[in-house]
Amino acid sequence: MKYLGIDSVRPRIAVFELTGCEGCELQLANKEETLAAFLDAVEVVNFREISSSSSDDYDIAFVDGAVSRADEVERLEVIREHAKVLVALGSCACFGGVSRLKNAFDLNEANREVYGDRPQETLPVRAVSEVVAVDLEIPGCPVSKDEVERIVQHLIWDVPYHFPAYPVCLECKQRYTVCTYEVGLLCLGPITRAGCNAPCPAGGLGCWGCRGPAVEANAEEFLTTVHERGFTNDEIAERMSFFGGFEGLLP
Amino acid sequence: MRVDIDVRHLARIEGHGNIVVRIADGDLKEARWDVVETPRFFEVMLKGKHFSAAGILAARICGICSISHCLTAVRATERAFGVTVPDAAARLRLLAKHGETIQSHVLHFFFLAAPDFLGLSSAIPLVEADPEVLQRALRLKGLANRLCDAVAGRTTHPVAFQPGGVSMVPEKRVLSAIRNELEDGLDDLHATARLLATFEIPDFERETEFVALRGEREYPFIGGRLVSSDGVERAENEYLEMTNEAVVAGNTSKWSSLSRESYAVGPLARCNLNFELLHPEARQIAANLGLAPLCHNPFMAHVARLVECVHCAHEAIRLVDEIVSSGDEPAMVAVAPVAGEGVGAVEAPRGILFHHYRYGGDGRIESANCVVPTAQNNGNIHRDLPDFVRQMVESGVNDDQRLELLCSMLVRSYDPCLSCSVH
Ligand code: SF4
Ligand code: SF4
Ligand code: SF4
Repeated sequence: MKYLGIDSVRPRIAVFELTGCEGCELQLANKEETLAAFLDAVEVVNFREISSSSSDDYDIAFVDGAVSRADEVERLEVIREHAKVLVALGSCACFGGVSRLKNAFDLNEANREVYGDRPQETLPVRAVSEVVAVDLEIPGCPVSKDEVERIVQHLIWDVPYHFPAYPVCLECKQRYTVCTYEVGLLCLGPITRAGCNAPCPAGGLGCWGCRGPAVEANAEEFLTTVHERGFTNDEIAERMSFFGGFEGLLP
Repeated sequence: MRVDIDVRHLARIEGHGNIVVRIADGDLKEARWDVVETPRFFEVMLKGKHFSAAGILAARICGICSISHCLTAVRATERAFGVTVPDAAARLRLLAKHGETIQSHVLHFFFLAAPDFLGLSSAIPLVEADPEVLQRALRLKGLANRLCDAVAGRTTHPVAFQPGGVSMVPEKRVLSAIRNELEDGLDDLHATARLLATFEIPDFERETEFVALRGEREYPFIGGRLVSSDGVERAENEYLEMTNEAVVAGNTSKWSSLSRESYAVGPLARCNLNFELLHPEARQIAANLGLAPLCHNPFMAHVARLVECVHCAHEAIRLVDEIVSSGDEPAMVAVAPVAGEGVGAVEAPRGILFHHYRYGGDGRIESANCVVPTAQNNGNIHRDLPDFVRQMVESGVNDDQRLELLCSMLVRSYDPCLSCSVH
């Protein structure tokens, strides 16, 4: 592959999964129009979900899922040692994701409830960056394959990637979606980082904030406006906690 | 003869599971299938959630069958509240289900299963070795994903399904375009059947009890009666009498049993129990590839998946025609929460899936139970293994490598989804 006349190397890529639904790595196999080109641009050396060959010699490691058991901490430390670039793929890896909701419950009780008198080993859910150093975080539940492809291109070209600083609202308006506030539904679009192309407001759900906070968001103004529309701090905080991306920013 | 097989984190399946087989002095000492996936406690996380969040959270149980989990959660909620969705919504939900079934089955066939039969470690070398097969796989998967995008709003983690109906109705012209693609997709599916006919399917049978929804007039996907091939029949609400989950040592997934020590769910179970309800062309492909009920060879699930893809493609075309020729009827009704319980049963790609919620009068979940397909299959995979190893050894397989591959193929034939199974 050439960019601006410069030859680039074909990076060796590995994909690993911790606690999650593996939906994020599934996105890597999606986007069928460009998959063959994608596989040409990179060399996939470790991707257990789709390949039985494996190698510890890789440049970029994509990790999806959160950390919730001791063996995952160990695996992650080994991955960190091998990888030149470690990418947290998806909201589970970046913030803990929906799994983080577990932390609000007493884990012994939760274990008894699900597994009776044979409790399973489990830890409070952590993001990947709470365990090892992370070079790049790609949020989303699931991640957007478009965005992942752009980021991989930037990694190949060694050019920094800049996430959109603006909020989901901008992309939502570009789609001509009727604002969910018009029909009385809460939406975190004004404070959530764009890059997903706002599928959830278009689906009538409103944004649930899976990509975490936008840099250019005005949280105070957001709160004032939604309070005016009759939503309480409890409702807003519950929504902001759903994917774990707004830790420490709850009203 | 001595064999020591230790597969840690089996590849080309969803999630983490281990195979152990030990033969010493010609005696089978041990043959195990253990699920070691990290548990996630969704049943606990669902507690206290508002009914509008149930489907959104439940979808995250599985990245491959998120549409099924979402629809099951929404159905359980609607049954708890006594809500019936409009026909327009039921049609769209079913159409999305067909997209998901094709997407999941095609992914499994080409990317997870076929490499074993083609002597490859993954589908990636096909980029050079057989680009035509890879292109066919990508066309079929792309088509299924576009169908899900159009109807569910997204392929993974749908955004269009809420209690009461469907909150985003696709444009008819988008559906018409997908209809044309589905017609072409059928040609690709027939070519795939010809490829499958060249695969050497291991000759193995173990008498098994199969459990699935039973369709009345149509091949079942959403709701209905629960039946087993041993003659058990129950209503949707009585699912606990079918599933009988138990926690087993060394496993983060539970196991199920009914009339025997274990039972199987999934495409083979559905075909076995609803064969005459398949589209005639799907039945024809089944006949060509040697699948007839009751089939007790778990490897024939590969055929059953392809047969279901053909059925779903035809059904999707029929549904699109119905939707395009219908008026713009409402696809959503108002939902008023009441205290009560509801069970939803849906045939996910990997088999029958149950969600059961108890709601308080405030519309929040008080307790939740989810019984997922792979958790029902794990016990059966485990019980297949020793019989399979014995039969293979008797038929002359005697090296570790070949036996390890065959055992891996047996597990993969169930298309296990272990993230799901430990939810
Ligand atoms: S971020 Fe969402 S899609 Fe990705 S692994 Fe986690 S739950 Fe699945
Ligand atoms: S629906 Fe949400 S994202 Fe879209 S414009 Fe309104 S507030 Fe912004
Ligand atoms: S609209 Fe909001 S919840 Fe939906 S994908 Fe985008 S950031 Fe995530």
